[in-house]
Amino acid sequence: MSSFPRPIATTRSVTGISTGKLAVWWLIASEIVIFGGVLGSYVMHRIGHPEWASQAEHTNTWAGAFNTFVLLTSSLMAVLAHQAAEHKDGKKAAKFLYFTILGGLVFLVVKSFEWTNEIHHGFTLTSHTFWSFYYTAAGIHGLHVIIGLIIMAVIAQDAKKGIDLQRVEAVGLYWHFVDIVWIFLFPLLYIAK
Amino acid sequence: MSSTATETHGHGPGDGHAHDAHGHGHHEQNFFLKYFWSTDHKIIGFQYLFTGMFMALIGGFAVYAFRMQIAFPGMSVPGYGRVTATDYNALVTTHGSVMIFWVAMPVLIAALGNYLIPLMIGADDMVFPRLNRLSYQLFLLSVIILICSFFVDGGAFGGAWTSYPPLSAKPEYNLTPLGAPLWLTAVAIEFAAFLLGGINFVTTLMNSRAPGMKMFDVPIVVWMIIIASILFMASVGPLVAGAVMLLFDQTVGTGFFDPKKGGDPVLWQHLFWFFGHPEVYVVLLPAMGIVAEIITTFSRKKLFAYKTVIYTAVGTGALSFFVWAHHQFIAGIDPRMANIFSVTTLLISIPVAEMMFVYIATLFGGSIRLTTPMLWALAFIGEFLLGGVTGIFLGASGADIYFHDTYFVLAHFHYTFFPIAFIGAFAATTYWFPKMFGRFMNETWGKVHFWGTIIPFNFIFIPLFLLGARGDHRRIYDYTHFPDLMKPGMQDLRILATLSLVVLLAFQIVFLVNYFYSAFRGAKAGANPWQANTLEWQAPSPPPHGNFPDGLPNVYRGPYEFSHPDRQEDYWPQNSAS
Repeated sequence: MSSFPRPIATTRSVTGISTGKLAVWWLIASEIVIFGGVLGSYVMHRIGHPEWASQAEHTNTWAGAFNTFVLLTSSLMAVLAHQAAEHKDGKKAAKFLYFTILGGLVFLVVKSFEWTNEIHHGFTLTSHTFWSFYYTAAGIHGLHVIIGLIIMAVIAQDAKKGIDLQRVEAVGLYWHFVDIVWIFLFPLLYIAK
Repeated sequence: MSSTATETHGHGPGDGHAHDAHGHGHHEQNFFLKYFWSTDHKIIGFQYLFTGMFMALIGGFAVYAFRMQIAFPGMSVPGYGRVTATDYNALVTTHGSVMIFWVAMPVLIAALGNYLIPLMIGADDMVFPRLNRLSYQLFLLSVIILICSFFVDGGAFGGAWTSYPPLSAKPEYNLTPLGAPLWLTAVAIEFAAFLLGGINFVTTLMNSRAPGMKMFDVPIVVWMIIIASILFMASVGPLVAGAVMLLFDQTVGTGFFDPKKGGDPVLWQHLFWFFGHPEVYVVLLPAMGIVAEIITTFSRKKLFAYKTVIYTAVGTGALSFFVWAHHQFIAGIDPRMANIFSVTTLLISIPVAEMMFVYIATLFGGSIRLTTPMLWALAFIGEFLLGGVTGIFLGASGADIYFHDTYFVLAHFHYTFFPIAFIGAFAATTYWFPKMFGRFMNETWGKVHFWGTIIPFNFIFIPLFLLGARGDHRRIYDYTHFPDLMKPGMQDLRILATLSLVVLLAFQIVFLVNYFYSAFRGAKAGANPWQANTLEWQAPSPPPHGNFPDGLPNVYRGPYEFSHPDRQEDYWPQNSAS
């Protein structure tokens, strides 16, 4: 991977911000509008259909709250990984990245139990448009969680050997973003009843 | 200052480690690796350019087939056969989506952006070359999916390029059960490709400019492509979300856009046009940038009000997020909202007009050289002006109620998009051809192609304006079934438009022959045949991998120092120290 000859362009930094970090910021900017589209549509529908509350009350608020806690903790681990990377301690950075990954995995496991339960009770993707939004929004978010886990695993592997430690911060930024999306999803899908 | 010095030092000719690594890779590259697996931004630019040209042939063939059906209903179209009503819908959809998503976007933004940005800012490549390659490969995947969708059961998607539900959501309505989801998937993958490309463009400009190149030393065309990329990134999100929702509606039976299930079909129109209207400016701005480069070079005069152009472009971009609902004036939106969107829509003509005035002011008092690229640039100003002015009628909600979905809308739209996607693209290809291939295109044949395109273009769409003003609805397969639309003269105008289209298409052969012949046999061009100032002309033609074999340039001045009083020559390259 790192044997790829990087052009001089990649090594320049006119803004003073590292190129990778800059790219992640732009990635996040474009993701904000994607989630903005889903959530904006959902909010407009909820305002137009107060009766959807009768569907929303079947969501499991405690599971959602627990997952919020898990994701926030994993974000803390990402921050600690970044701190370790700043001190050029690749092994420690990798360790904290693995903790972050663990948080993401717990989140997905809780989510899968939750969804299994809901589907068993007949609340499926097509049963009601509230549930369509519920599964679509949380599904797209879950996809981002999975992608984040894979990227973090790759970066942790390199960080252990002390390669490209600047990536730890970049993936941390992305992970905080995934976390913040959930902070919006949780009240909108679970608490608003 | 010290950082500038180290940079020039570290990356002088041949001693940069990256250069060495490039050099190593060179002799072992075979044809496939060089042209299909390359990370060189120029090769990737060519990949986008040639894919776009190929798709333009598909889009052109589709319009030929359905226009023949309109002019001569029921005839067996030479080269296609009889156009059925389902075929007609599929052809209209294919023409629209191919020309916008697979021609205008890849050629104007992806191809030119890839080719020009690193060269014009004095870098050796994009900041993420492999991401760049991935972005093209995703784009190619979307092309393959789209082409496959022509051959599935039921044929290509027939729900129009705007893909409004319920027409697009229900196979019972669009009659293309497989074409519809495939089309949507192709569009979504293409957006992902352009998002990756856009992130790469913006980061490259922000971080990899040549030492000494300040924000206001960047050529206008680069500015425009970057502003367009940011506009695209900021506007496409809701449509990506909408595409997922529509795909679920099509395939698993959700009801996001189905009122029976609590959804809302107008929601799609909002999501689509929140992207769709900024998209007009996403392709317009690069074309504006191309025209700015050409006009200054061939007027031998500094661009009038450089900063104003950039500020107006940013202003246009910002305003373009507040005009989308003018597409829904008759979709049942609140009339008070219609008033607001009328005002914003009319306002947006101000910055665009301002750019036009700047270009005309640049021409004023210049020593104009009427080369082929200059003709295209001037034609852009004239033809786009007609498109912009007719937009005023449609932006005013009162008039739009009458004009909605008539050929007037269609003609207006083509008077803006044809200048952008084709006049702009021809201007760019003829202007940068010597850089891309190190040879000139034939000027005489270039001018033949120019007039053979511009004249028929006006003969296609002026009749359509007239038809639209007489109430001609745009989505009709066979007008002979509608006596009100068969009044004396109306069919003659349709036939005139169709025949002009055939002439226009025939003249494109001149371009293709000229292009490919000149690429191999044209007269040799030096590094800077137009005597322009921007950095790409200071590299050899065609530039090798790494772009600047004598070391990456430093920049000392803005891009448009033409006819400076202190200088013997009438141009002053950005990188020349004195």
